[in-house]
Amino acid sequence: MAKILAVDDSASMRQMVSFTLKGAGHDVVEASDGSEALRIAQGQGVDLVLSDVNMPNMNGIELCKNLRQLPNYKFTPILMLTTESAGDKKMEGKSAGATGWIVKPFNPDQLLTTIKKVLG
Amino acid sequence: MSIDLSQFHQVFYEESYEGLDAMEQGLLDLDLVDPDAEVINTIFRAAHSMKGGAGTFGFTHVAEFTHVLETLLDQIRSGQRAMSQGIQNLLLTSVDCIRGLMQGLQSGAEADLTDAHDLKQQFEAILSNETPADVSDETIDTNQTSVEEETGGSGWHIRFIPELTLLQTGNEPVRMFRQLADACDGQMKISVDTTRLPVFTSMDPEMCYLVWEVQVDKAIDRSVIDEIFEWVIDDAEIIITPLGESSVIKEVVEPVPQAIQPKEEKTLSKPVEKEKPSTKQPAKTQESSSIRVSIDKVDSLINMVGELVITQSMLGQLGQNFDITRVQRLQEGLAQLEHNTRELQESVMKIRMMPISFVFSRFPRLVRDVSISLDKKINLEMSGENTELDKTVMEKIGDPMVHLIRNSIDHGIEMPADRIAAGKAETGTVKLDAYHQSGNIVIEIKDDGAGLNTDRILQKAIENGLVAEGANLSQEQIFDLIFQPGFSTADVVSDLSGRGVGMDVVRRNIAALNGSIEVSSERGKGSRFVIRLPLTLAILDGQLVQVGKEIYIFPLVSIVESIQLDDLSINNVGGHSDVLQLRDEYVPIVHLDDIFNIANEKRPIEESIIVVVETDGEKIGVVVDELLGQQQVVIKSLEENYKRVDGISGATILGDGTVALIVDISSLTKMSGASSKIIDGSHKAA
Amino acid sequence: MSEVSEIIDTEVSSAQDDGILTEQYLTFIMSGEEYGVDILAVQEIRGWESATPIPNSPKFIKGVINLRGTIVPIIDLRQRFDLAEIEYGDETVVVVLRIYTQNGTRTMGIIVDAISDVYDVPIGDARNTGMGDNQNSNFIKGLVTVNKHMVILLELENLLTIED
Repeated sequence: MAKILAVDDSASMRQMVSFTLKGAGHDVVEASDGSEALRIAQGQGVDLVLSDVNMPNMNGIELCKNLRQLPNYKFTPILMLTTESAGDKKMEGKSAGATGWIVKPFNPDQLLTTIKKVLG
Repeated sequence: MSIDLSQFHQVFYEESYEGLDAMEQGLLDLDLVDPDAEVINTIFRAAHSMKGGAGTFGFTHVAEFTHVLETLLDQIRSGQRAMSQGIQNLLLTSVDCIRGLMQGLQSGAEADLTDAHDLKQQFEAILSNETPADVSDETIDTNQTSVEEETGGSGWHIRFIPELTLLQTGNEPVRMFRQLADACDGQMKISVDTTRLPVFTSMDPEMCYLVWEVQVDKAIDRSVIDEIFEWVIDDAEIIITPLGESSVIKEVVEPVPQAIQPKEEKTLSKPVEKEKPSTKQPAKTQESSSIRVSIDKVDSLINMVGELVITQSMLGQLGQNFDITRVQRLQEGLAQLEHNTRELQESVMKIRMMPISFVFSRFPRLVRDVSISLDKKINLEMSGENTELDKTVMEKIGDPMVHLIRNSIDHGIEMPADRIAAGKAETGTVKLDAYHQSGNIVIEIKDDGAGLNTDRILQKAIENGLVAEGANLSQEQIFDLIFQPGFSTADVVSDLSGRGVGMDVVRRNIAALNGSIEVSSERGKGSRFVIRLPLTLAILDGQLVQVGKEIYIFPLVSIVESIQLDDLSINNVGGHSDVLQLRDEYVPIVHLDDIFNIANEKRPIEESIIVVVETDGEKIGVVVDELLGQQQVVIKSLEENYKRVDGISGATILGDGTVALIVDISSLTKMSGASSKIIDGSHKAA
Repeated sequence: MSEVSEIIDTEVSSAQDDGILTEQYLTFIMSGEEYGVDILAVQEIRGWESATPIPNSPKFIKGVINLRGTIVPIIDLRQRFDLAEIEYGDETVVVVLRIYTQNGTRTMGIIVDAISDVYDVPIGDARNTGMGDNQNSNFIKGLVTVNKHMVILLELENLLTIED
């Protein structure tokens, strides 16, 4: 049972992720872009952040960098949701401090398996 | 656990349509010379989102198609490729294509991928023309290990040397080892190497000094181990050796991008035509059965219902022990009730109201496409986009407006050369405006083109037998001719309009919405179409009239005037139809009870009132016994349990609970066989 | 009209006890004959008040009434069957019927002289009329004998369809 922050500008993706994670017994908070996510993260502690890369206002990479600046989020697992299997996007994520990635498209089971990796 | 993803489909469709609208808007707004980076980003993100969602929900064809768009857009946003009108056109056509694919998905139809396939080839042609600076995104991350060994004999030996900063990526070695333990059913041994650990005082607790040695005593696949450590590949040195190997092979696992051969130069299969705009029919606006409502409207509704409940309970209490002394309280309560009900009604109607921008937004694209294909220069100006109207009315007014705008561009605005010759600016202007006026919404479509050619119209009408030769018609009457069925002055039936089925259908559609359309024009200067629509379909402003024992409702919008007359002004024509002389025209008299076959005592005409009504430019005078009040009536369907009745458009329930029928003026006029308009000149008053 | 609903309730429960497959019919009197309609189609029974006439409608369509906000047409069954007209009296009732057609549901009322009873009729008991193919025979599903007298069962979908 963890508190997860799900960030994606696509409502259908957010809904799917939220539904899947809640079904597995987790608590989910949603945000539609990086700046909203950052505000939420500052206001409450979460155990895991799942974020899309391409979003308006603040993209996933920026969000990750900003989160890592917050004392509470130095070690929090942050997973990037990326459709790009290209190495450079993953590199960008890593250098921003991301823990890992999930490649889109993914199905609910893949999502759950992956977050198990970081939630233990 | 398998989750049914179809519950998210509807949201995906809706956000995709929004994304497509955003893409289209962005593409239309784009300055090709100096494109705004933020606009390009918006367009990119829309395509990217759709690709992601489509992939997630299994809509492979959409995902594949959107992928090429995204690839191209990515090049543009990173500056590797310049925008061009050709690309803009291609993208706009693709937006139409994706819309079509989405609609297909929504309706469950078989996907027609021919267009998508064609367009995809065009994209690929463009993409293969230049090898962009970066490696194309077909890079596949492959962990190439020098030794291809699937299983490590009896197990593996892993030396895990994390970088000091590993923890700061949120990764935790212990978690990974736990996964490893799961994978090998606990058959492993692990020991820690603390050599790197500094003296306590100089230790930074956020650093990972420890190094681990793990021995896995089960023959699991190498790929399983790789997967567990895949995220930390760059943040740690991971030395994996199969057990039983004497020499320690130091394999540093690194991602190796595959060398990409630039795609073969393909000859462009379809040169992107410069002049060809995206002429595909813009997808018809989906008539959706759901509506988005702002929270404020809902809150205000809740408040009003609250007040209604209070008033009801007050009246209820009053009713329990009522005596005549409390009649004033009762009246106050009823006044309060009326107030609450009216507010509630307005509030509810507002929920169905949406800004007309939803339908206006189609037009920039339309104007662009049409003007390109006709080689005309047109500037579209829109105002009043925030004017609100009923959602259903809005969905139904779209097509008539499209027709009118096409008309303006096709017939109204002249070719640039002609305009210059006439001393006008080369670029014609089409102005759209919308505003509220006395309980209606008014939509104006104005152009500064050539105006209506009354001579041509009259001639065509004579040719089509609509008007007799030598008839003397006023300018208004001539303008009105364009709304007759089968009428068109276009010499060549162009693809766009001029098929002659347009204007009468436009007028009929507008009449079906209880609205009206007028045209005014000045030769050489331009034309103006004014559409008036009621704010809602379910409610009508009605005039109650008494005819015999029954009460009928006339739509207020159709009433010209009411006359109480003496016998003198009625003339009898041909022995059976009465005609009223109204200033300079003759208006046929219609007896409702005759036409409706309702028994009634005939009143002498002097005691009756004539209500002059107008529809489609035709006037008739209906004989009624009395004029009763005017009120807003709620339109109830007669067809639901009965069937369509000529002359009646619906029914309503009066205050006393009885049913009153609403007269369909247009149908009544037809039934009466009266035609005041197209008459030969002899009937015109001298 | 609560006695009727009581009758309907008791009849329904007794039918279920018997174990025979039956249909239930509400019957009413017209011109001395007893007619029956499938009870599942009966929505309610009202007294007769006036109706608003519909222009150019057949004579047997009396008009429409307001039934809690819905516009419901009323048919005079006597006129539908070309029987002699009578004055409406205190016993005259309107049986509001609701039927399901391929076009959806339709609610209509029929004016009858008086309500009679509710009967259980075993399915399949209805006999063909042998009346031939005249206009009225379309409205009749069959004849059945209940307690030694004849009940004419009505075919509602045809009855309530107004030909153009």
